[in-house]
Amino acid sequence: MELLGLYHYWVFVVLLMTGFYAVVAKANLIKKLIGVSLFQSAVFLLYITMSKVTGGTAPIVLPGMVDPVFSNPLPQVLILTAIVVGISTTALGLGIVVRIKEEYGTTEEHEIQEIDRR
Amino acid sequence: MTGLDAHLPALQVVVPLLIAPLVILLRPRGLAWAAATAASLMAFAIAVQLTAGVLGGHEYRYALGGWPAPYGIELMVDSFSALLLLIVTGASTLSLMAGKASLEREIETRRQPLFYSAWLLALAGLAGILVAADAFNIFVFMEISSLASYVLVAGGPDRRALPAVFKYLVMGTIGATFYLIGVGLVYMMTGTLNLADMELRIHEVADQKPILVAAGFITVGLALKAAVFPLHVWLPNAYTYAPHAVTVFFAACATKVALYVLLRFDFVVFQQNLAGHEVQFAAFLMPLAVLAILVGSAVAMFESNLKRLLAYSSVAQIGYILLGASMVSVLGLSASLLHMFNHALAKGALFLAVLCLALRVTSLDLRQLAGAARQMPWTMGALVLGGLSLIGVPGTAGFISKWYLVSASLNEGALGVLLVAVIVIGSLMALVYIWRIVETAWFQAPAEGAATLTEAPLPVLLVTWSVALGNLWFGLAPALPLRLSAAAAESLLQHLP
Repeated sequence: MELLGLYHYWVFVVLLMTGFYAVVAKANLIKKLIGVSLFQSAVFLLYITMSKVTGGTAPIVLPGMVDPVFSNPLPQVLILTAIVVGISTTALGLGIVVRIKEEYGTTEEHEIQEIDRR
Repeated sequence: MTGLDAHLPALQVVVPLLIAPLVILLRPRGLAWAAATAASLMAFAIAVQLTAGVLGGHEYRYALGGWPAPYGIELMVDSFSALLLLIVTGASTLSLMAGKASLEREIETRRQPLFYSAWLLALAGLAGILVAADAFNIFVFMEISSLASYVLVAGGPDRRALPAVFKYLVMGTIGATFYLIGVGLVYMMTGTLNLADMELRIHEVADQKPILVAAGFITVGLALKAAVFPLHVWLPNAYTYAPHAVTVFFAACATKVALYVLLRFDFVVFQQNLAGHEVQFAAFLMPLAVLAILVGSAVAMFESNLKRLLAYSSVAQIGYILLGASMVSVLGLSASLLHMFNHALAKGALFLAVLCLALRVTSLDLRQLAGAARQMPWTMGALVLGGLSLIGVPGTAGFISKWYLVSASLNEGALGVLLVAVIVIGSLMALVYIWRIVETAWFQAPAEGAATLTEAPLPVLLVTWSVALGNLWFGLAPALPLRLSAAAAESLLQHLP
């Protein structure tokens, strides 16, 4: 029961490993980048779930509140920054793939190695 | 401590960060380069000023926006960060000064302002990692510097840089994300991101699993960024196909900054809180350091591309730095920090000489360089001087740090003798690969019908020789890096039982 209660950690781990597997096992550069994106998104979820306080609401003080319980806003702010970093990385990665396609005419890793060896 | 002096830690990052977007606007030829060099020089001056303050016994703490730590963002400069700030800003300034002609040839004129802008962003990111005092800001600055460095490495005309940079990007991102997971887990347990605060609070939860897992994630992630063997596979190609000036910059400092974070995290936050941390740290990293020295040097011995040869030698040198740190003793750690400084000098001189060569020859393959020293004696002279320092010949900077490494190893008892053997074998292998370059360049006859070469332009040679002579200077008068590294090692390991 305890294992199921921690389901959000299972989502994190499964997503993380799916992304990691794609990075390692796929030969196509775009698929590798999708893997990197999944990998990063998993970490976003880890941060978001840790900020949740049971019964907590958004941390805004309103008049007439009695003993309010707030969720922790800090991890959400951190992850906002991390999302920006993730998007820039993906964008730059895709830009590099476009340049690779222009220069090599392919986005398959082994074909690029083949061309370089010649 | 009045006026500007108190703001220096912030200015160290702000100056290059603010000038970076302005550089894009400087379209006329050469102006972008001049602005970038001026900004880099200014950063260097700030680093010198900070070092002077640190040597005077002062530790800079700066509360950003006036919010006190641990709630606000804090910047901190002690002797460890000052040592690396000197290396980073110095390497950037010297490689920009020497790299003008080379970069003008390698980067399209239209794109040059953008390129120099990315250069300053990389500098700002690296400096930011060194002044930041909290775990998350280190991550953000790490990504700023990494994203900019992918752009720099891919900027050259060689298309093989593109797959190399793709690999660098994927591995670098995974390393940074590992670090982020680790920081998240520590935050979950302690509720703080400030390193000094973390050190105090982690104590109560140190026996819990998430902290151990975090230590693992952080160490592995940063080892990936620092190209610790066997996580070094992104490094050789990235260094080989990057524009030559970029190689000078990164070979001198990029991986060392990741090692800086690794050492700071492990020794400040985890060391005195996790039971048996020093044993685990040594058991994990010492074998990798030994393997890095042996394998890196061995591969370098058989490599025929000059830049790739030196890149593999860098993998081996990271091994030396890690070896000193993995002894977890004040002597070993200060030897390791000293080697960071001296390796930056030696590798800087070597890659600057390569930059000079590349201005004149078409291929950096060793076979094509036969007899090059007869026509370019000054360039090859600087290369030999840098090489001697890399090997660790007495009288050069490399000797000082290897000497300290050996004496630190001898304190380790029976294991120490083995480590000394590894250091000696590594140095002998360095002798072999440097000798291969010397033999080809000085003693072989030029190939039939090879074009006659002329000496590299004077300004570039001047910078190259000033770095090469720096190897002699700091070999004979090593007081400055010695004082900094000893002070840094003592402050990092002050809680050692």
